[in-house]
Amino acid sequence: MKPIKAVPLRHPGRWLTVAVILVLAAMFANALVSNPLFQWDVVGQYFTSETILKGVGQTLYLTFVAMAVGIVLGVILAVMRLSPSPVLSTISWAYIWFFRGTPVLVQLIFWFNLAALFPELSIGVPFGPTFFSVETNAAITPFIAAILGLGLNEAAYMAEISRAGIQSVNDGQVEAAHALGMRRLLTMRRIILPQAMRVIIPPAGNETIGMLKTTSLVSIVTLPELLYSAQSIYSRTFETIPLLIVASLWYLIMTSVLTVGQYYIERHFGKGNARTMPPTAWQRLRRNFFTFHSPPPEAPAPSVTSSSGGIR
Amino acid sequence: MTAPMVTSEQVHKSFGHLQVLNGIELEVATGEVFCLVGPSGSGKSTFLRCINHLERIDAGRLSVDGELIGYREHGGKLYELHEKDVARKRQEIGMVFQSFNLFPHMTALANIMEAPIRVKRESAAVVRERAERLLDRVGLSHKADVYPNRLSGGQQQRVAIARALAMEPKLMLFDEPTSALDPELVGEVLDVMRQLADDGMTMIVVTHEMGFAREVGDNLVFMDGGVIIESGHPRDVLANPQHERTRAFLSKVLM
Repeated sequence: MKPIKAVPLRHPGRWLTVAVILVLAAMFANALVSNPLFQWDVVGQYFTSETILKGVGQTLYLTFVAMAVGIVLGVILAVMRLSPSPVLSTISWAYIWFFRGTPVLVQLIFWFNLAALFPELSIGVPFGPTFFSVETNAAITPFIAAILGLGLNEAAYMAEISRAGIQSVNDGQVEAAHALGMRRLLTMRRIILPQAMRVIIPPAGNETIGMLKTTSLVSIVTLPELLYSAQSIYSRTFETIPLLIVASLWYLIMTSVLTVGQYYIERHFGKGNARTMPPTAWQRLRRNFFTFHSPPPEAPAPSVTSSSGGIR
Repeated sequence: MTAPMVTSEQVHKSFGHLQVLNGIELEVATGEVFCLVGPSGSGKSTFLRCINHLERIDAGRLSVDGELIGYREHGGKLYELHEKDVARKRQEIGMVFQSFNLFPHMTALANIMEAPIRVKRESAAVVRERAERLLDRVGLSHKADVYPNRLSGGQQQRVAIARALAMEPKLMLFDEPTSALDPELVGEVLDVMRQLADDGMTMIVVTHEMGFAREVGDNLVFMDGGVIIESGHPRDVLANPQHERTRAFLSKVLM
């Protein structure tokens, strides 16, 4: 008996969509190239200028420090929130309520203007002697104000993300750890958090990318991050659009790098969870490239007599 | 006559209005295999969990190796212990769960090594050597570097037993260790437990495996509704139950 050839489903709609997209893309590319008001030469001129690169550095540094503050404080807040102590859990609840309930821009401006409220910051016994005192304007530099504003706000969000992650871990894990004589904090650090990471990382990656862009708010407190640097140039030269394009391109590059980083971190914490590791981007690229002319391995064309085809 | 490993006097426990343990009185001798059987909801698992203070008792006295569990007695009252002291006491009591509860982010060997290193602060080299020996004892030397999700249920439960043994406990608690297993995997876990009993480990086993209880058990208690209905040598209780409720239960579980 002759094997019957099975014909896979055709998808003419896909080809049609691709054609439409290509036409639209061509029109867009044409606009980009032919419209002189984009001033691509100016974009090229400033893309790697010192001011812009310094701004990029500041943006990265700010994102890193603010996220570090946010993650560390957020995890602590989440652990407090879930602690059996009603005191700790209420403190954590109040913190999240306050910092999530007011806009981050308002918090930034508030920290920057802290001197108006407390001209001096001092450490000492309440109503008693003072050990240490500093003028607020000297202590709260634009950078400190930015870290306080962004980091403390971020902690409130990371606390909720971490709480969701911690609660996603099976109760049996806690019992097993306790039965082995592990104490609460050790259990949290060694058993719960590593498993919670799988749930925490994707939204935390989102938060990091969000933070990278939110740092542009900091231009309001005259901190020379990327947007402020671009503004400082175009306020002088009036080349507003090209400089905003420069800033946007840099933001895109940075978020792309973060996206790739997130993928590898997720892969690391997925250990012991997925039966096989998902391929890295490089592995996928290589596989697609080298199997370009033969059918890809995960979708073998099945034929009726073949028994090996459909089984993976 | 050696001192009992576990003593329970008038242990009471309730969840809200539901009284789950209603005056449990029993003694488990050192080196004996003590089986707890009964219908679901009879309080047998809850009682087992009280023995390492995973559940708090409301009244009564429960002690392991002469020391009260979870409480300190002073002036005729019981005061709950600090977490640190509860944890220290738990190091002496191994527990095996129905759902294995291996740590999924660690290999089989790392699962076994975790607590001795982190809790008892023993050196990694010493612990590794002991962990490898234990894996060998449960027949899984070749699975040392495998993550739990690549192990069958029976293999996971054997690793879980090795993990509990790595803390060198005086007492082992088994909470329906074979109930979550496919029938053909039950035997391998029971074999490990049988071997452990032969080595003289004191074991309290909540189980539905009447064959195991009859063959390995030194003592059997039948519980229902939070009280002990009857107790004795497994062969006697299983072959010749005195109470109607015991008979009714056994007629349902025995083939």
